[in-house]
Amino acid sequence: MSDVLERVKKIVVDNLDVDADKVVESASFIDDLGADSLDLVELVMAFEEEFNIEIPDDVQESIRSVGDAVTHIKAHI
Amino acid sequence: MSDRRVVITGIGIVSPLAFGREATWERLIAGKSGAGRIDVFDPEDMPCKIAFQVPWTNGRGGGTGDPHAFDPDKFVSSKELRRIDEFILYAIAAAEEAVEDADWRPQDEESKERTGVMIGSGIGGLESIYNTAVTLHEHGPRKVSPFFIPSALINLASGQVSIKHGFKGPNHAVVTACATGAHAIGDSARLIKFGDADVMLAGGSEAVIGRIAIAGFCAAKAMSTAFNDTPEKASRPYDKDRDGFVMGDGAAVLVLEEYEHAKARGAKIYAEVSGYGLTGDAYHITAPAEGAEGGYRAMKMALKNSGIDPTEVDYINAHGTSTPKGDEGEAGAVERAYGDHAKNLSMSSTKSAIGHLLGAAGAIETAFCALAIRDQVMPPTLNLDNPSFETPIDLIPHKAKKGRVRAAMSNSFGFGGTNASLVIREVK
Repeated sequence: MSDVLERVKKIVVDNLDVDADKVVESASFIDDLGADSLDLVELVMAFEEEFNIEIPDDVQESIRSVGDAVTHIKAHI
Repeated sequence: MSDRRVVITGIGIVSPLAFGREATWERLIAGKSGAGRIDVFDPEDMPCKIAFQVPWTNGRGGGTGDPHAFDPDKFVSSKELRRIDEFILYAIAAAEEAVEDADWRPQDEESKERTGVMIGSGIGGLESIYNTAVTLHEHGPRKVSPFFIPSALINLASGQVSIKHGFKGPNHAVVTACATGAHAIGDSARLIKFGDADVMLAGGSEAVIGRIAIAGFCAAKAMSTAFNDTPEKASRPYDKDRDGFVMGDGAAVLVLEEYEHAKARGAKIYAEVSGYGLTGDAYHITAPAEGAEGGYRAMKMALKNSGIDPTEVDYINAHGTSTPKGDEGEAGAVERAYGDHAKNLSMSSTKSAIGHLLGAAGAIETAFCALAIRDQVMPPTLNLDNPSFETPIDLIPHKAKKGRVRAAMSNSFGFGGTNASLVIREVK
């Protein structure tokens, strides 16, 4: 469980092409990491793949930051 | 319609010979071929196993150790690279070189609004469509990328280029199969003449060397199948042993500019786009009309509205795809269109060296015409050992030819019976 943050970080770095040190829990995908709405869809797909979970569409809307993603994933794996 | 004239002030090329305008041109004039066995997939079960691939720095397409291989990292981030089909990547790269060549990077809003983009593609993101269809079939809709549609749409080449450079003028995309590049240049010139823009990035891009496109064109019996062991011999326009076209990937983008606009900023000028003709065959979905009748009318129209005497045309870059029927029909149509002057004409098919770039063909071949005018040298028709017919036209076999090039014509004919002919000339 403890490595969820690290695995999320790696996906975010790869998908958004951003520096790893910017990917902190408080970072907003859109405001801090330069993502757009299509990037968010792809990010969620990558989380689903990595953690073998399904994130429903209505939940996807509420995942706005690295911390949101980590919290949701931890609760569902 | 207007006395606004249109000139070419920048050229960018991604080709099977090299990345870059000068490297491509140098190799073309030297008689090099970009053909090889397909290495982006295993072509063993295909009737045609060869193509003209763009050499990449990662080694594909024969790019290993080539100083002029294509390096995508120079043009897009790794993130972008995953989200665009290759035809968009090549368009971005060719546009970048063209803009650099023209030294046209306007910062003021008005100039940006007066600069448009019209880069077409014959087929667009077919490989993305194919891959996504497989994903959808095997894993369902939740695995379909949100970037699938914008990576496959043909007008996204123009869209991406406009976003990169801030060009806010007309944003358009031509789709007329193998005549796409020529139509994009002709139509863009008209937009400038009409006053809708002062500068247009015009051209075509194609990247469909993959299983689905090769299988499709093989099924249509359009491709060469007799030279799988000697790829460099396969594209042989006008030769009696030709047996179909060989596919090529790449892109060419021209910066077209209103003449006074170009002069005022001291831009280098390659040539003037002076004539443009476009017709339909109304005949057959893949075969050209008898005697290339539609092509003949496109040439006549281009010559007429160019305002020059046809005897000023010294070089023709032919459509000449190396198919049994098309090559002779076009040559006959050229003889009829030019009459007595045919004996003074030189005409080559550069598809012998770069293959058939489909939607990019007309753009890269018009670029070659501009470079022929600049350097007063005409590229050769490779592999023309034994012409299958007699003609007074010099088909420039094997070796490039130095000679006066005052004006040049580029022909492009596409599936569906769509024809375009362009006349470009020295600026006087």
